Amino acid sequence: MTPEFQKDIYYHMALARAVDDRMWILNRQGRAPVVYSSNGHEAAQVGSAFALNRGEDWIVPYYRDLALVLAYGMTPREVMLHLLGKAEDPNSGGRQMPAHWGLHRLHIMTTGSVVATQDIHAAGLALASKVLKDGRVSVAYFGEGSTSQGEFHEALNFASVHKLPVIFFCENNGYAISVPARKQMAVMDVAARASGYGMPGVIVDGNDPLKVYEVTKLARERALAGDGPTLIEAKTYRFVPHSSDDDDRVYRSREEVAEWKKRDPLVTFEKYLLDNQILSSEELTAMQQKIKDAVNDATDYAEKAALPDPSTLGLYVYHQ
Amino acid sequence: MAVMTYLEAIRETLRQELRRDDRMIIYGEDVGVRGGVFRVTEGLQAEFGEDRVIDSPLAEAAIVGTAIGAAINGLRPVPEIEFADFIFPAINQIVQEAARIRYRSNGDFGVPLVIRAPFGGGVHGALYHSQSVEALFAHVPGLKVVIPGTPYDAKGLLASAIQDEDPVLYFEHKAAYRSLKGEVPDERYLIPIGKADVKRQGNDLSIITYGLMVSYAQRAAETLEKEGISVEILDLRSIRPLDGEAILETAKKTGKVLIVHEDNLTGGIGGEVSALIAEHALFYLDAPIVRLAGPDVPAMPYSPPLEHAFMVTPDKIAEASRNLAKF
Repeated sequence: MTPEFQKDIYYHMALARAVDDRMWILNRQGRAPVVYSSNGHEAAQVGSAFALNRGEDWIVPYYRDLALVLAYGMTPREVMLHLLGKAEDPNSGGRQMPAHWGLHRLHIMTTGSVVATQDIHAAGLALASKVLKDGRVSVAYFGEGSTSQGEFHEALNFASVHKLPVIFFCENNGYAISVPARKQMAVMDVAARASGYGMPGVIVDGNDPLKVYEVTKLARERALAGDGPTLIEAKTYRFVPHSSDDDDRVYRSREEVAEWKKRDPLVTFEKYLLDNQILSSEELTAMQQKIKDAVNDATDYAEKAALPDPSTLGLYVYHQ
Repeated sequence: MAVMTYLEAIRETLRQELRRDDRMIIYGEDVGVRGGVFRVTEGLQAEFGEDRVIDSPLAEAAIVGTAIGAAINGLRPVPEIEFADFIFPAINQIVQEAARIRYRSNGDFGVPLVIRAPFGGGVHGALYHSQSVEALFAHVPGLKVVIPGTPYDAKGLLASAIQDEDPVLYFEHKAAYRSLKGEVPDERYLIPIGKADVKRQGNDLSIITYGLMVSYAQRAAETLEKEGISVEILDLRSIRPLDGEAILETAKKTGKVLIVHEDNLTGGIGGEVSALIAEHALFYLDAPIVRLAGPDVPAMPYSPPLEHAFMVTPDKIAEASRNLAKF
């Protein structure tokens, strides 16, 4: 793995955190109605994205995946246009709530709100890849709460029976809004589900982007070789409430959050890069300035952009 | 031109379309080796291989959900739900995913997908093998709901559905599979979705219907003709989109409208059709609109007297027509 590659991973993690922080500020200022955050998940999302053929392989994200879509090539401007419901929002033209990603140009599958529906779509995208032999892998991203849904299990089963080139990537942060994982499932690990469907289940430190990269790369190779799907469970933590309307103090102790913050992937990966002279402090400063500029540009651009015209309400119900 | 059953017309269309378009795949429960529980897909796996005619796991949400993904990644999936009654585990994938993917992505994504499912009763299928589920889906913008009433229409409508860029539910009446026969051209042809068809010209009253009930209405009309009552029959062919123009035209022509469907009365498509007429053709009417439909019980019971009491029959259609003609 080249230094440039590692720096690029870090850049996208830091970009995501900065975009995320800005979204919260806009929300608290009353300029953005609601925010769903990837804060804390950056290593899992960016590390896995970098193991894919970005823009060609299909990703099927969920609402937590801001860092993922940025790493996949969505621009900060596009994210901010989506956040503010502007006409130019390429995800939905201002139709969907924030964090409902979808961008055909980059093979980011459009997503709804009902959890685990996307797991089956990933299997279907992969079914087409198998028939068409297009060399693409599809990756479904989801939280551990959604693994209680039947569609999660149906997707794993379908994909494994047909040996589809798909990866199921669970970002296990321990909470489905307020409900802890121990009330979600009677096993310790989501990865344990894999054996019931005849596929490997891999647990990885979701706060280490390089480890996530490695396991995702192996899963991708396995998929392309025709050996079928892999279930990856990245253990991680979200540092902020579920959304800007949530208050996590009700269900998580401040001590628990502080303990996880010691392993903030952005901090630990930055330290790793600096300690190993992969990244110099000058480069870091320049990178931080570039990110700040990008976030300011995106905010200004999106705030000035036009809202959708009410006359467009009826467009695209059907093909036109 | 050959005489075919309704079932054969569907099978031959699937075969023709599979030959025409390499991107098309069929899958569902039992559709491969067995050729479907009704044998609609018989012989297709042998001709097109296991990659294109796929026996899938027994999970309806997965069947529809994977079809959505496959459609977006370049295939033309035509999955089968074994019985329309079994479609409910997939309803979230149909209503909240397939139907609104184009809308929610502002036109960036589309789902060219045809879901075939046998529906309807009169075959001792009881509560879970007899249902008419079409009205539930007709309520959903983004879907098209097609229900052929003849072998000829079954072919032209299915070819159109497969070619369509949007999700289409294609409901086949299981009692029609082998009971309905008719001439079907060998060559490919398309019947536009959303165009109703006058199956019989008449002057005294109009029967507006679809599916198996088209043939039942025709039998009733033949009886009534001998009694001096001239019946026009409008076959809707699709209930979303509805052909409002054709509905108003026949209502204005005869001034008396009987709407017939096997689906439950309340919330059935008959309500929508009669609202259209009330809004746009009220003063052409010579009698109140009449609806003859399945009763408002949860579904069709098994035991013959109960099943018969539920079913709309040619006799019941004739009786309702007589009363309307007399008004």
